[in-house]
Amino acid sequence: MILKPRLEDIKIIGYYLGKIILGLGLTMLIPIIIGLAFGEINPVLDFLIGIEIALIFGLILIKLCFTPPLRAGAGFTERDLNWMQGMIVVSLSWLAATVLGAIPLYLSGHWKSYLDACFDAMSGFATTGLVLVQDLDHLSYTHNLWRHLIMFIGGQGIVIVALSFFVRGVSGSFKMYVGEARDEKILPNVIHTARFIWLVSVVYLILGTFALGTVGVLNGMKPINAFFHGACVFMAAFDTGGFAPQSQNILYYHSLPFEIITIIIMLLGAINFKMHYHLWMGNRREIFKNIETKTLFITIVITFCITAFGLTQIGSYPKAIVLFRKGFYQLISGHTGTGFMTIYARQFINEWNQLALVGVICAMAFGGAVCSTTGAIKMLRIGIIFKALLEDIKRIIMPENAVVIQKLHPIKEIFLEDKQVRSALLITLAYLVLYGLGAIIGMLFGYPFLNSLFESTSAAANVGLSCGITDVNMPATLKFTYIFQMWAGRLEFMSIFTLIGFLVAVIKGRR
Amino acid sequence: MKTAKLQAYSVERRAYSQKLSAIRYPLNAKILRLLICSFAFFILHFNCYAQSISSTELINNAKQYDGKTVVYEGEVIGDIMVRGDYAWINVNDGQNAIGIWTDKDLTKDILYTGSHKFKGDWIEVTGVFHRACLEHGGDLDIHAQAVRKVRPGRQIIERLNISKRNLVFVLLGVLCLVWILKQLKLR
Repeated sequence: MILKPRLEDIKIIGYYLGKIILGLGLTMLIPIIIGLAFGEINPVLDFLIGIEIALIFGLILIKLCFTPPLRAGAGFTERDLNWMQGMIVVSLSWLAATVLGAIPLYLSGHWKSYLDACFDAMSGFATTGLVLVQDLDHLSYTHNLWRHLIMFIGGQGIVIVALSFFVRGVSGSFKMYVGEARDEKILPNVIHTARFIWLVSVVYLILGTFALGTVGVLNGMKPINAFFHGACVFMAAFDTGGFAPQSQNILYYHSLPFEIITIIIMLLGAINFKMHYHLWMGNRREIFKNIETKTLFITIVITFCITAFGLTQIGSYPKAIVLFRKGFYQLISGHTGTGFMTIYARQFINEWNQLALVGVICAMAFGGAVCSTTGAIKMLRIGIIFKALLEDIKRIIMPENAVVIQKLHPIKEIFLEDKQVRSALLITLAYLVLYGLGAIIGMLFGYPFLNSLFESTSAAANVGLSCGITDVNMPATLKFTYIFQMWAGRLEFMSIFTLIGFLVAVIKGRR
Repeated sequence: MKTAKLQAYSVERRAYSQKLSAIRYPLNAKILRLLICSFAFFILHFNCYAQSISSTELINNAKQYDGKTVVYEGEVIGDIMVRGDYAWINVNDGQNAIGIWTDKDLTKDILYTGSHKFKGDWIEVTGVFHRACLEHGGDLDIHAQAVRKVRPGRQIIERLNISKRNLVFVLLGVLCLVWILKQLKLR
């Protein structure tokens, strides 16, 4: 029997959702400051409208859902969140962020419809990188910064932003943290963990912007543009997003050093924040012992071999350096879930053969490490499934009375348990279904199988590589499909399943 | 008698051959013209494209145009990135932007490059198209031989959007109202 949710549940969800919307609205102050600095009047107005709408919604939700304490204790909206409430707050926060974050984008006139603006907003928050923006080369600094900032916010986690800066003393914060596909606490306290993630990101932001900006200046860009692009590209690379300030993406720069730096940043973004913590603490050995980094290395080698073999078969890129800059770059961009491109979308279909495309699709489907900014199945799960397979093979080979154990090393040495294997397999299965679902819907609209699978995997794994399907003229149903895939893929399903269950309970539940 | 007959025959023969050549000549001329046209078409089609080609056409049929001289038109966008004696410019024809590798001196006439505040110069580039340029790490690019400014760019003067400004004030009023109501409720 399903129980109808209580008014108390709805009020708690609404109250925290309101707080997170307030926090999100306040982040629009950053593009406003940049817009004022560059003297861009109308773009600043777009963000003033955006921030006001966000604050109005946030305040109304808080006002409607706040329950004052009857006695000395706190009202129930100030109480601890339970798992269901925490998960629903997270899933709704991402939808609210998309709808509100799209307002200034749409007002700029560079998006043909509000749905297109929502598509790009979700693509940004979910760190995907698929775009429907028009005439990007004439977009203002203000809007361009916002496009990349939402990747930075989404990469860290919208709720993490609110937890770190705007929501104080929420004892149920761990549930929201988990709801955003982060299940590891780096430090004992979730707020401290969130702040550590920010510290890492900001330090890398400064270093990365400096490195990319300097290369930009040496490449002949104007210093102001070089450092602005450096900051934007860093945010998109470290948060494995894939947006870029110009329509040609990374091809715009025509620079090998720029590409090498972005590869390093993408790899840093694909590493577990816990690993970053160990590296910061001087424990460099961890990188060689960790199951995720080992799996990442192996899968990169395997998928690159497949891609390189495919590309060599048709002789698309005859020189090693060309194969590196075109083949390896797209592959590493896909594997880390970034989506930076140094080729045009149609070149995937016109100049790559099916084997090379399969290599990239596999890389996209695998993704990076858990507790990083990447999407997809992730390295820990691939490692666990592989270890479980090894354990089963050993059981068959060894005598029946032999005790077979399998260890793995995600930061610390642990024994492999069935519970972990089951969880890894379930999430992997969910991802495979999501990839397949998008591919089938693509095929229903007449796109070939491999193209549909490529684009669907890219959306669901939050990658952003495109073979040309993502276009302003694609059917609205397909836009909605990709928005859903980006949302579900980024939150790793649990929050979405909880929200669906909650809605079913609202309709069908008994009092 | 015989000589007279022979002379008459040779005159007749000459007249006939003249008549024949009169018939044949236009045919030869036609064949010649046809050959010249075919040759010109062959040269233009397989080595040079006199009319400007769109970026979509170049990207979608990159193998066909690879190594050929093409004419490409578009707006210069972003930065002119000088690299030694050469420079990279990116030219957008409204569909896509393509990188142009050009002699630094050919970019001297370019005064405006496209951005939010500027409409870039519209230029016509004649150069060799590369599907995957081996000199530039496999970039799809055009190595310019000639660059001609078709029309100059300009500064885009941004005017305050009155309806947006009014909306900002209306929403500010609503926001203040909601905030006051919230404060009252909290008390």
